[in-house]
Amino acid sequence: MSVHDTAEPNRRDFLYIATGAVGAVGALAAVWPFIDQMNPDAATLALAEIDVDVSQVAEGQSITAKWRGKPIFIRHRTAKEVEEAKAVDLGDLKDPVARNANLPADAPATDTNRATGGGAQPAGGEGAGAGEGMSQSREQWLVMVGVCTHLGCIPLGQSGPYDGWFCPCHGSAYDTAGRIRQGPAPENMAIPPYAFTTDTNIRIG
Amino acid sequence: MQWLDARLPLPRLVYDSFVAYPVPRNLNYAYTFGGILALFLGVQILTGVVLAMHYAANSAIAFDSVEKIMRDVNWGWLLRYMHANGASFFFIAVYVHIFRGLYYGSYKAPREILWILGVIIFLLMMATAFMGYVLPWGQMSFWGATVITGFFTAFPLVGDPIQQLLLGGFAVDNATLNRFFSLHYLLPFMIAGVVILHVWALHVTGQTNPTGVEVKSSKDTVPFSPHATVKDGFAMVVFLVFFAYMVFYMPNYLGHADNYVEANPLKTPSHIVPEWYFLPFYAMLRAITFNIGPIDSKLGGVLVMFGSIIVLFFLPWLDTSRIRSTAFRPLYRIFFWILVADSIFLGWLGSQPAEGIYPTLALIGTIYYFGHFLIILPVLGLVETPRRLPGSITEAVLARNAGGGTPAHAAAAPETKG
Repeated sequence: MSVHDTAEPNRRDFLYIATGAVGAVGALAAVWPFIDQMNPDAATLALAEIDVDVSQVAEGQSITAKWRGKPIFIRHRTAKEVEEAKAVDLGDLKDPVARNANLPADAPATDTNRATGGGAQPAGGEGAGAGEGMSQSREQWLVMVGVCTHLGCIPLGQSGPYDGWFCPCHGSAYDTAGRIRQGPAPENMAIPPYAFTTDTNIRIG
Repeated sequence: MQWLDARLPLPRLVYDSFVAYPVPRNLNYAYTFGGILALFLGVQILTGVVLAMHYAANSAIAFDSVEKIMRDVNWGWLLRYMHANGASFFFIAVYVHIFRGLYYGSYKAPREILWILGVIIFLLMMATAFMGYVLPWGQMSFWGATVITGFFTAFPLVGDPIQQLLLGGFAVDNATLNRFFSLHYLLPFMIAGVVILHVWALHVTGQTNPTGVEVKSSKDTVPFSPHATVKDGFAMVVFLVFFAYMVFYMPNYLGHADNYVEANPLKTPSHIVPEWYFLPFYAMLRAITFNIGPIDSKLGGVLVMFGSIIVLFFLPWLDTSRIRSTAFRPLYRIFFWILVADSIFLGWLGSQPAEGIYPTLALIGTIYYFGHFLIILPVLGLVETPRRLPGSITEAVLARNAGGGTPAHAAAAPETKG
C-alpha cells in the first residue's frame, strides 16, 4: 500500500503482489524435494511381489512370509477354525468390512470374503480362491498382513479369547478369520493382494 | 574487553545476563532446575557428539556398533551410560521444573510466552528422546518406533501416507533408522535455540519467586553472581551425585532387557513398554478402549495423548486465579498434589499390561488429569479465598526470619533512600 490510504491500487501494488506470489510458488516448489525424499524410495517400492511355496504347510500349521517389510501370515486353517469363523453373526463384528485388497472395498467381512484371493474366480463364490483349472477349494487358507491394525505390533497366533490372534501390546483379540473382535484395534487385519498361481504356490503383491 | 565490547557487545550481554542480573532474594532450590537442565543439555550434546563418532546408522550393523562402543571403544561404556542415563535425568529435571512452574504459577501473565516456549522445548525433548531410543536397534527400539509412528495411522485418510513419509517405507527399516539418526543429531541444537529464546523471555519478565509477588524494589533482589551461581552450582553437584550413582552402580536399571536383543521385524516382544518418562502418556493412550461417537478408539487414544500436552499450551488462560503462588492458595494446593499423585499413578499404570482392571484405572486417571486443567483450575480461581499476600518479597523474607538480624545485603539499595 502506498502512503495514500485512499488511493486506488496502482500498478506498483499489482507488481508487488504478483512478484510475491511468484516467489511463494517458487519457494514451495523448492521445498517439495526436501519433503518427498522422505517417502519410500524406488528400491523399497520394487519389493512389491513375492512367491511363497505352501506345499509343506499341513493343516493347522502357519508360516510367516515377509512382504514390504511386514509379516504375512499364511495359515492352513483346521476345519474347526473355518467352522467357527463361518458361524459368527456379521452383526457381532466390530468392523463389518472384509478389508480384502482382492475384493471391492465394501465387501462384507464374511469368512469366505476373508479367505478369497485374487485371480479368475467370482468374489465370494463357491469354492472361493479356486482359480481356473484348479480343483480344490481354498477356504482353509488365510493369507493376511500380520500387523495389528491398532499400532502395528505383530499379534500372537492361536491365542486370545477367539482362538485367532492376540496382540500383546494393547490387548486386541482377533478371531480365526483375522477379524477384530475385542480391544482397541479399529479394523480387521488386512488381506494383501494375492493369488494362487498353482495349487501350492501363492503370489503376494 | 572494552575494544570487543564496542564492536560486539557480547561481554556486556554476558555480564548483564549472568553476573549483575537481579534475581529475587527468596528463590528456593526448586528454582535451580533450570540451570540443571542447561547443564544436562550440554552433557547430552557432548556425549552424543562423541558417541556419533563410533556409531553406525545402518540397520545391519547398528546393534553391533553399539556393542562395540560398550566393549571396544575407549571409555565407550562410560559415554554410552552417561548418554542413556543422562536422558532419564534430563526428564527428571524437566518434570521437577514443570511442576515447579505449576506450583508457583510461573505460567501466569506476563510470562505466557516463557511458559509456551518451555512446552515447545518439552515436545522437542520427547521427540529427541524417542528417536535416540531407536538408534541401538534393539527389540524395544524397533517396536517402540513401530508403535509410536503407528499413532499417525489413526488419522483418517492422511494417516497412512504420513506414516510412510515418516518411515520411508511400509515398515520400520533402514531408511527409518537413518533419518532418525539425522534428526536425533539435529533436534538438540533446535532445543538449544529455543532455550535461548526461553532464557531471553525469562530475562525480559524476570523470574517468579515462591511468594508470587513481583519484584518491587532492588531490596527484593540480589545479583545473579555470586548468589544464584553458587546456589545453582551446589544443586548441580548434588544432582550429579545421584547421576553418577546411576551411571556407575545401576546403569541399566531404567532400561529394558529386551533392548539387548537385536531388532526382529517378525516378532513383537510380549510386553512393549516405553521409557519411564513416557509412561503417563502411554497409559492415557491405552485408556481409550471404546469408540466415542464418530471417533474410533484408536484415534481417541491418540487424541487424548497429544491433548494431554496440548492442554499445557492453554494453561495460562485456563487458570482464572489472580494469585500466582500456590503457597497462598489453600484449596489449589490440595489439588496440585493430587495432580502430582495422578501423574505418578498414570506412570505406574503405563508400565502394567493392558489387561484386567488397568485400562479402567487408566481411564479414571486420564479423566482426572483433564478435569484438573479443564474444570478444577478455571472454577477454583473463581471460588477460592486466597490467603493474604505479603506486601513484598523482602517483607515475606523478614517476617520468616523475624529477629534474625539484618540480612547481609539489605543495605544494597541506595536509590530508595533518596
